[in-house]
Amino acid sequence: MLSKLGILFIIGTLFTSLSIIFLTFKELKVIDNLIPSKIYKFSLFQLFFSISSFFVLLLAYILSDFSLVNVYENSHSNKPLFYKISGTWGNHEGSLLLWINILVLFSSLFLFLTKNSDKSFKILTLLFQNLLIITFLIFLLTNSNPFSELFPVPLEGLGLNPILQDPALAIHPPLLYIGFVGSSIYFSAALAALISKIDSQSFAISIKSWVLVSWFFQTVGILVGSIWAYYELGWGGYWFWDPVENSSLMPWFVMTALLHSILVLERRIGLYSWVIVLSILTFTMSVTGTFLVRSGILNSVHTFASDPSRGLFILSFLVIMVFSSIFIFFKFSPKENKKYSVFSKEAFIIANNWFMIFFLGVVLIGTLYPVLLDTITGSKISVGPPYYNLILAPFLIPLLFLMTSGPNYKWISNEVRSLFNLVLVLSVTLFLITFFLIKEKNFLINLILFFSIYLITQTLFDFYESFKKKNINISRIISHLGFGLLIFFIYINHIFSVENNFNLKLGETKKTDYYTIKFVNLEEQSIKNYKSIIGYFNVSNKKNFTSKELRPEIRVYDKPFTITYEASINSNLFSDTYLTMSNISDTDVFNIKFQVKPFMNLIWLSVLLLSLGGVLNFFKRKKYEKN
Amino acid sequence: MLFKKVKIRLSILLTLSAISVFLIFLVFKVLEDNVLYFYSPSEIKNTNDLNLNKKIRVGGMVKKGSIQSNETEIKFVVTDLNNEIIVSYSGTVPALFAEGKGVVAEGRLRDKKFFIAKRILAKHDENYMPPELRGNLNKDAK
Repeated sequence: MLSKLGILFIIGTLFTSLSIIFLTFKELKVIDNLIPSKIYKFSLFQLFFSISSFFVLLLAYILSDFSLVNVYENSHSNKPLFYKISGTWGNHEGSLLLWINILVLFSSLFLFLTKNSDKSFKILTLLFQNLLIITFLIFLLTNSNPFSELFPVPLEGLGLNPILQDPALAIHPPLLYIGFVGSSIYFSAALAALISKIDSQSFAISIKSWVLVSWFFQTVGILVGSIWAYYELGWGGYWFWDPVENSSLMPWFVMTALLHSILVLERRIGLYSWVIVLSILTFTMSVTGTFLVRSGILNSVHTFASDPSRGLFILSFLVIMVFSSIFIFFKFSPKENKKYSVFSKEAFIIANNWFMIFFLGVVLIGTLYPVLLDTITGSKISVGPPYYNLILAPFLIPLLFLMTSGPNYKWISNEVRSLFNLVLVLSVTLFLITFFLIKEKNFLINLILFFSIYLITQTLFDFYESFKKKNINISRIISHLGFGLLIFFIYINHIFSVENNFNLKLGETKKTDYYTIKFVNLEEQSIKNYKSIIGYFNVSNKKNFTSKELRPEIRVYDKPFTITYEASINSNLFSDTYLTMSNISDTDVFNIKFQVKPFMNLIWLSVLLLSLGGVLNFFKRKKYEKN
Repeated sequence: MLFKKVKIRLSILLTLSAISVFLIFLVFKVLEDNVLYFYSPSEIKNTNDLNLNKKIRVGGMVKKGSIQSNETEIKFVVTDLNNEIIVSYSGTVPALFAEGKGVVAEGRLRDKKFFIAKRILAKHDENYMPPELRGNLNKDAK
């Protein structure tokens, strides 16, 4: 029943999308300034159909309707309701449906919310967006249908991988998808802008909110994924430079570049072609990421059920998309009016863009190199974190410095500023205090620490200054402050992290340099869908005589049979104590990983601050538009 | 005036290309130094110019009945059905680490028979096999 209903809604979406394409195409020839109400109506129907199809799938998961192959393969009737719901997008077919829903949602939102804009630009954007929607609908129907039926209907489902049964991972995909797929709307708008020859300022204004929205969700999505990896994978790391993580970071770099260069375009200073290239590149990177993840050509710690035919589809789509974009770009390339000066805000923003593109290049090469080498020479390699750390770290220094000084320059001016001032003196003092406290010997790390402190101090000073003048660019200040703090805490965390690996039997005690870890007790419990083995550990600090109790778990799930190790984390603002235990082949020896990780919560908070800047900018714009 | 403009543009272009060439060189140099090569036990046996100081990955199956643990380390044998190597490791193992299952260990060789692992890679899926290993096992099966 639900399967038929779902397919009906999908066909409905397909039909309305085709109608919108037909209507917009016809409308291109009509010279007036009115978009016919038919298009609005069809867009609403399209939104209704696509959201309904998603709700049908959701309902099938909630009701555990195993007549759907997708529900049978990914759910189980005694799974908690929350994970039944998140199971909807926890698999390839369901997430593709979510992908289409976001494409449709952004298509309608763009149509209804973009005001006072050129008609042909709006119509063309809608046309391109619906071409994307159609393509993915065809992919869904022919290759990855979430509504495929199963007969006879099985009594019980196979269950969702327990490692995915986690609140962070339940919300991680939708967040990241809004970021990834949200970038489609400015991809479509960029192509439309080229053809309709809309002026640069209106283009900048019409895409800015969408860039902000996708950037915000991408940032928060990456943050949530990172937090999940931190407590669930049990290694105590939060970023592994894993290909799947890189796939989410690459569009982020382009979005960040775009966010900055739009500011230049908005003021008619230039960069029109560049902003268009970035808009196209963002969605291209999102699709590339999806291809890399879903095709299974990468060796990753995150395994997605992969299937070569899906990879082939996404790859063909990617190639067609890139080549048609390049064709449209060169056929209709816009006229530029350039008036950059060297010591001006726009020059610094262009520098920001170079850094972002360089970072993108580094990550892209690191991610694709193993694939290329395997294809060409057959050698199996992987690129480890040292590559990224070695290359990216030195470039953080000029980036931090540019972020510190850039924002205080004026647009289109050429006034050189003296670098020596109170803020610099204060930063040097703060740095020296930090240096004597931590006694780090690595020169590069000290430089990075200094420049992050400089950025933090300068940004706080800017806040104070603009507060006096009542002219606050709060979003820039918050985001830059967040970035400065992020870099600072990442390095402090890196310097002070402690890790000890050892094996213990029940009742034994391990003494490390600063801590004593006692294995006190072992307990077994049966929870709804798994069995839990809980270890009780007493961790005491030799320095300040405090002690903490940590309870790591080994969970044995039976549907499907999986073992997970749950880390026990004692967390406060300044430091996390992290303990994981594992057990091999039911011996009485347990393997323990004990870590002390300072400032973890402050790292998360810094990223939140960074993304908060985006939100504030969004609201500031709304207010600005009203006045 | 025009000549001056051309000259400025040319110098900017030259500087930019010099910087790009330098960056590309840098990226590939660091990349070359930091890739981890993947070997099966047979490949380790048959390769003569192995650098013992370089971090590598070794993959295969955990031999049945080979896991031993004591206070500081876990020892097990990784086999590709033709050759085997002893791996020593201290720390927690990923959830799917078990005898008879696929494993990838990252670390350094002490000699051709003994590998000191710093990390055992986590695999989320019990049927999962690293692409590198899949290729090798197929090759050996032929």
